[in-house]
Amino acid sequence: MRKKVLIMPIVMAFMALVLSGCEPLMVFDPKGPNARTLSTTILISIATMVIILLVVYILLAVILVKYRASKLPADYEPPFEEGNRKLEFVWTAIPIIIVAFLSVVTIWSLEKVENPQTEEYANTEPLVIYASSSEWKWHFSYPEQNIETVNYVNIPTDRPIEFRLYSYGMMTSFWVPQLAGQKYAMSDMTTTIHLAADEAGEYFGRNSLFNGPGFEAQQFEVQAMEQAKFEEWTQDVKASEPELTEQKFNELLNAAHVGRESFSSTHLSFSPAPASHAEMMNAESYNESKSAQTGNGTLNIHRHTGSH
Amino acid sequence: MAHHVDHSQPLEYSTPQNRLNIYGFWIFLGAEIVLFATLFTVYFTLSDRTGTGPTGEEIFELTPVLIETFLLLTSSFLIGLGVHAMRLGRKTPMIVFYILTLLLGLGFLIVEIDEFFLYVHEGATITTSAFVSSLMTTLGTHGAHVTFGLFWGTAIVIQVIRQGINARTANKAFIFSLYWHFLDVVWIFIFSFIYLRGLM
Amino acid sequence: MSFDAIVAPLSEPMVFGTFIGIVVASLAVVVGLTYFKKWGWLYREWLTTVDHKRIGVMYIFVAIIMLFRGGVDALLMRAQTAIPENGLLNSAHYNEIFTTHGLLMILFVAMPFVIGLMNIAVPLQIGARDVAFPRLNLLSFWLTVAGAILINVSFIFGGSPNAGWTGYFPLSGPEYNPGVGNNYYAWSIQISGFGTLMTGINFITTIMKMRAPGMTLMKMPMFTWSILITSLIITCAFPVIAVLMAMMTLDRQFGTKFFAMSDGGMDMLYANLFWVWGHPEVYIVILPAFGVFSEVIATFSRKNLFGYGSMVAAMVVISTLAFLVWAHHFYTMGHGVLTNGVFSITTMLIAVPTGVKIFNWLLTMRHGKISFTTPMLYALGFIPIFTIGGVTGVMLAMASADYQYHNTLFLVAHFHYVLIPGTVFALFAGYHYWWPLIWGFRLNEKLGKAAFWVMAISFNVAFFPMFILGLDGYARRMYTYSAATGYGPLSMVSFIGALGLAVSFILVAYNIYYSFRYAKREGSDPWDARSLEWAVHTPAPNYNFAVIPTVTRLDEFWFAKKEGRDLQAGKIEDIHMPNNSQSAFWQGMAMTLWSFFFVWAEWIPATIFLVATLAFMAYRSFQKDDGYHIHVAEIEETERRYDENGGLRGAK
Repeated sequence: MRKKVLIMPIVMAFMALVLSGCEPLMVFDPKGPNARTLSTTILISIATMVIILLVVYILLAVILVKYRASKLPADYEPPFEEGNRKLEFVWTAIPIIIVAFLSVVTIWSLEKVENPQTEEYANTEPLVIYASSSEWKWHFSYPEQNIETVNYVNIPTDRPIEFRLYSYGMMTSFWVPQLAGQKYAMSDMTTTIHLAADEAGEYFGRNSLFNGPGFEAQQFEVQAMEQAKFEEWTQDVKASEPELTEQKFNELLNAAHVGRESFSSTHLSFSPAPASHAEMMNAESYNESKSAQTGNGTLNIHRHTGSH
Repeated sequence: MAHHVDHSQPLEYSTPQNRLNIYGFWIFLGAEIVLFATLFTVYFTLSDRTGTGPTGEEIFELTPVLIETFLLLTSSFLIGLGVHAMRLGRKTPMIVFYILTLLLGLGFLIVEIDEFFLYVHEGATITTSAFVSSLMTTLGTHGAHVTFGLFWGTAIVIQVIRQGINARTANKAFIFSLYWHFLDVVWIFIFSFIYLRGLM
Repeated sequence: MSFDAIVAPLSEPMVFGTFIGIVVASLAVVVGLTYFKKWGWLYREWLTTVDHKRIGVMYIFVAIIMLFRGGVDALLMRAQTAIPENGLLNSAHYNEIFTTHGLLMILFVAMPFVIGLMNIAVPLQIGARDVAFPRLNLLSFWLTVAGAILINVSFIFGGSPNAGWTGYFPLSGPEYNPGVGNNYYAWSIQISGFGTLMTGINFITTIMKMRAPGMTLMKMPMFTWSILITSLIITCAFPVIAVLMAMMTLDRQFGTKFFAMSDGGMDMLYANLFWVWGHPEVYIVILPAFGVFSEVIATFSRKNLFGYGSMVAAMVVISTLAFLVWAHHFYTMGHGVLTNGVFSITTMLIAVPTGVKIFNWLLTMRHGKISFTTPMLYALGFIPIFTIGGVTGVMLAMASADYQYHNTLFLVAHFHYVLIPGTVFALFAGYHYWWPLIWGFRLNEKLGKAAFWVMAISFNVAFFPMFILGLDGYARRMYTYSAATGYGPLSMVSFIGALGLAVSFILVAYNIYYSFRYAKREGSDPWDARSLEWAVHTPAPNYNFAVIPTVTRLDEFWFAKKEGRDLQAGKIEDIHMPNNSQSAFWQGMAMTLWSFFFVWAEWIPATIFLVATLAFMAYRSFQKDDGYHIHVAEIEETERRYDENGGLRGAK
């Protein structure tokens, strides 16, 4: 009977693998250096944890088999045991060593993902893209190319990308599992994600932080393409798409959901991004940057009518 | 609780329940410290975030604050005298000191309310900015404590007048004095870290 | 408060159904009580009682009712997501349901259940006749009920909170959440939190000052130790949430700018303060569980607890670390490597004392004589399942990896793997274990064990798939998903598990009925246990101990039994008892109405009930209530009757 509980997770894991088919889980199918670092980190931690689980499970199983009342003589009276300094030291020290090891792994991977992903693409300047959310939409501004897109973002492969995240209103979390771990976009402060794609393809991205009724639909697509194709696309947008006026931008902000859109200019000129973390910590520059953000100040929030 | 009276202890500690009450109240004050510490944390986080509203330097005035400080510190001293009189078993001086304490507390409150009106007059209302919101909430929480203390203290004075000094009333009056001293300590923090820091 | 605003939601079929359900159930209770002429009995014996044991029973009663409400929420959520593009619930309902599910399960199931168990067991374990402040204890209970009432009526009157149980700004702010839903949220937490804070203070005082002679701190039963530490955490953490909820109310109802998006407001401050309370809150519901398991494992291994000192030290370390890890709930907020690194390490360090506890429990069982009773099954099921929760906790603690787990079902799976074995199993273990203390008989063991097995297996079926879905990019709190994501099959498995869990909870509830009907009365100490609470007669008399025992060592009762000593030998004296308190009950009611009208910004009735609250406090201040005495003759008579019916105290 007891073994049932012990093997349960293993059975479940197996079932899960069968059920999920042959496709690898998104997090374990990285397509860029950032997500790859995280995938490795997670696999290291799972391996470590499986060892710990095995130790506990084997100990528990052995003890339950050996010391169950039905297997012991009726007159067996358990001894008085105060404790055991040596044993207690061992099971304090070993976890501390494990924690130390995992701390090193954590810091190593944090250092790796929090910095520009230039290791494999030396001498390449990161491409800066501002990604901002409003209600259940994503806006992507390319200052270098001076274009803007809504609900989709194209990036060149083999070039580091620096996403600068912020939000018009609700806190959201920018997540493209196959390219990088997530980060919050907030109205107060710009945050940064560094990533790169080493394969062309379409990647699923979404806001993962619950933000109201339209949350489920707040998805976007990342299309990674060769540098030449990317340039062709930017030229195309510049030539054929309209300019993004302040009025048009406000219309976009105040809509709950919109489809994909493209523009041949960005909103950064009339509604700049909020301060970075360092600037926000400094009150004066914070207050200044806040007053410069006229777009944010006058944002007319699209009110959903409550729950019913 | 009439039984188990321990005459070697001061009256307010003389029964088991009295001792529990005092111990429990100290723990309660511990929780109050956390409460005000949280408010101070909020204030320090937001004190520079004035938005389009005024800064602390622009609205703080030293005079009313000094008057408030003087009134509250003096009242804390007077309640100490009140407890001293209680321990000597002298009912009338005890009542007088407690009433004086409450009157000074009332004075404090009046000056503080006047100060609030001044802020509002200068365009700093609770909705003006995160800074004013946190300032007024911190001061207001302290002020609400003082207000509650005025009602509580009055109830105790009435009971001492009616029943005299006994294990029950002494216990209540003593616990109230702990509360009052605590509010004084909080005010000292408010004075130093909100007003003086803001004026400097 | 406009009439329309109140009744408008009733046009929704689901709300209307709930409304009808509540009305019918309430009518049934009212009619039943009237028919059997039980109103007076209910009022005198239960609603106004200050007996810690009865208050404990009422807490657990509320917890079980709320467990079913929260459980229905959970079933609806799993049903909605069982297949892709399901239309059972719309987004708005789903959002309300997962919000109230979280809120109810943590604050109105786990908390009252924990507080119920501590009310029942702690005074008995330390050889006391009641808690330090019995009337305050009753008020705390009614404030918990007040919070529960508010959150439950919200579904019908005006809409439930819908911004998640964390209520992050700006989503829960006035701009995005103009209705009353989140006002309910703030007041429900505020008012029940005040009750909890008072409970914390009450139990610190009780444990520190009312232990039996000879019981030094290091001779206390481990459950009492866990409650002492829990109460300390409550006292340090709950004032933070009180301030935070006040700020939320001010922002929402009075236009302050703490967390606003303009005028200097800072939404990140809310998340920080919430978790400064929220993480310790997790340990508030976990540490008592550790205490229960320590008692249960020692008792049913017939062996003393292994490594008592390190068990205490582990809890102290956990309680300290609990306040140093809050930022791990939002590694993704853009702190640098340094901040995230530091919080990763403090978080992972919690695994060390937790591991110490697990190994100490294992070693307690080694050389023991293990009997598989229902409480022990829960404890044994806890170890393997909770360890999964623990190791995935370490995985989540690694900030970088968390960038991939955050806001996904992986996280949801993790905290259910911690809270269900850690809290729910422990609460049921303690509930089965201490049941005879109150009722004089044990719950049916067969039904109890069946419920355990269904629960343990269904739990894994329901939650293990979520680890995998999370790693496949399934963000939590989505009301639906498209078939293309491939989340369908595993979500269906999870739904089946949820159904199994529902069956197990129904079995637990059915066992109450079955055992009341068929179980035989037993003498004291049916489990052959170790600690002092079993030294009293069962069901425990209202004065607990006829003579307060003197303690010389840990597990004094166990050794006294072996040596044939009667711990309550000695001269019986008059026992002083507190009177019932009507005003605590009515004050609780007044505070419920006060907060209800505050939620609706109806200032006139709100003020009336605020004044009523103050009036009850003034009444209490002027009240001369010295309680009453139970006289020697009466105690001797009671004791004699127990001895005739149940044999000697503590002897089987």
